[in-house]
Amino acid sequence: MSSVRPTNAAPTGLKPLVFLLCLLPLGLLIWRGFEAGLGANPVETLEHATGDWALRLLLLTLCATPLRQLSGWSWPLRLRRMLGLYTFFYASVHMALYFTLDLELDFYMLGNEVLKRPYLSVGFLAWALLIPLALTSTDRMIRRLGRRWKSLHRSVYVIGVLAVLHYLWLVKADVREPLLYGAILIVLLGWRAWRERRDRKGGRRSQAVRTV
Amino acid sequence: MLIRRPSDLRPSEITSPELFHGRRRFLQGALAAGAAAAFGLPAVASAGEKLPNVVKSPYRVDEPLTPYDAVPEYNNFYELGTGKDDPQRNAARLKPKPWTVEIAGACEQPGRVGFDDLIAGLALEERVYRHRCVEAWSMVVPWVGVPLGQVLAKYKPLSSAKYVAFTTLMDPQQFPGQRLPVLEWPYREGLRMDEALHPLTILAVGVYGEVLPNQNGAPLRLVVPWKYGFKGIKSIVKIEFVEHEPRTSWNLAAPDEYGFYANVNPAVDHPRWSQKRERRIGDWLKRDTLAFNGYGEQVASLYSGMDLRKSF
Repeated sequence: MSSVRPTNAAPTGLKPLVFLLCLLPLGLLIWRGFEAGLGANPVETLEHATGDWALRLLLLTLCATPLRQLSGWSWPLRLRRMLGLYTFFYASVHMALYFTLDLELDFYMLGNEVLKRPYLSVGFLAWALLIPLALTSTDRMIRRLGRRWKSLHRSVYVIGVLAVLHYLWLVKADVREPLLYGAILIVLLGWRAWRERRDRKGGRRSQAVRTV
Repeated sequence: MLIRRPSDLRPSEITSPELFHGRRRFLQGALAAGAAAAFGLPAVASAGEKLPNVVKSPYRVDEPLTPYDAVPEYNNFYELGTGKDDPQRNAARLKPKPWTVEIAGACEQPGRVGFDDLIAGLALEERVYRHRCVEAWSMVVPWVGVPLGQVLAKYKPLSSAKYVAFTTLMDPQQFPGQRLPVLEWPYREGLRMDEALHPLTILAVGVYGEVLPNQNGAPLRLVVPWKYGFKGIKSIVKIEFVEHEPRTSWNLAAPDEYGFYANVNPAVDHPRWSQKRERRIGDWLKRDTLAFNGYGEQVASLYSGMDLRKSF
């Protein structure tokens, strides 16, 4: 990144580029569906891919703040909303596929399964908790909610934990992949906890240095 | 359920009792099998090669076969990787020729037997079976194999033999998955003697009329169509007659989730997911799972008096 660029401006074209990159996994699935094939079990391929991308985008969203704090750039925050909305988008497609193809739009079954199966309870809850975040993601809502906006959007930490549990509890024996996502989540949340503690301990002493 | 749908199962999909019990046809099959056996089996060829003298067994379900490509492409064979397509990618590591099987335990003729000798004198039969994975997907597979009971009989089990224990090859060179502690290696499975001797139970050496691909468990694997797929142990190197119920790999890994019996049972859920329905590979929607995978008429009597919720 060029150092002459003002730190609060996103590199030119970054936002549209990230927008398109986030659409790529979906585009790839659609292309595979029509051209290359989705493997022996297409439903599983679609459900796993959309779930994977919802979780990856959630973790990317959580990278924005540490990246800003480490680099001093402010543009990561300008991508955060888009990444968050894409998380909700992929999670919703994931849910819709499950509800349509696994449960055939049977609401009674959905309630039954969500209450009975812990991995579905946490997965469903993670998706449901994303809804208020998506609804309050507009500039108007940010202004209207003021300080409460920040508290509300902190629920994304809980959503991250629920999403990793959802993955961990559905695999049969090979837990390497869900644990990898869990480790990344722990680093991202741990970073925040560490900063918070440091700030509280450091008190006023470092206040002046930290505030830009 | 709020939305009732007509049963997915058409009467034509149920194998007719006539097929299973039609003695006339079965005897005809047996005669043909005898004829084939008389010709003898040539040394078994490599994966994908056509198997000669395969007799079509009357044990076949009248349902569309799972696409030819899906069977070697979509596998649970953790020794070759835990992803569904890993086994196909890593298949070349396994060397199924030559192959020796150790026959051990309570029998009159224990010893080490070459693959060809193990199945010598037995006719290769094609059996079209439903295959139901514990993960709630299923296939219809045209296996080629020999009845396990006929293989076991060669080694004259003693009356003290109550169970048969099977072991997969242990070799991290050929099975890189064994370097990871995902399961306790080598993979082990077992059957009660009456299950092992049941005519539906086979040792498969082929599929789709061809030599078994490595990723499907070459050169020989167990197929027990009324049980969840993980009972079908692959690349077997040891068959042991034992007195007590043997420990089995998935049961060791999660005893509350995978029982020794592992009979397909829509009434007993996996603790983490439902077993009521399954997705047939190739289908978009799910269908109802059948008790004993649809083989209840043939095998339910093996378990009479047992609480299948406890002995799951």
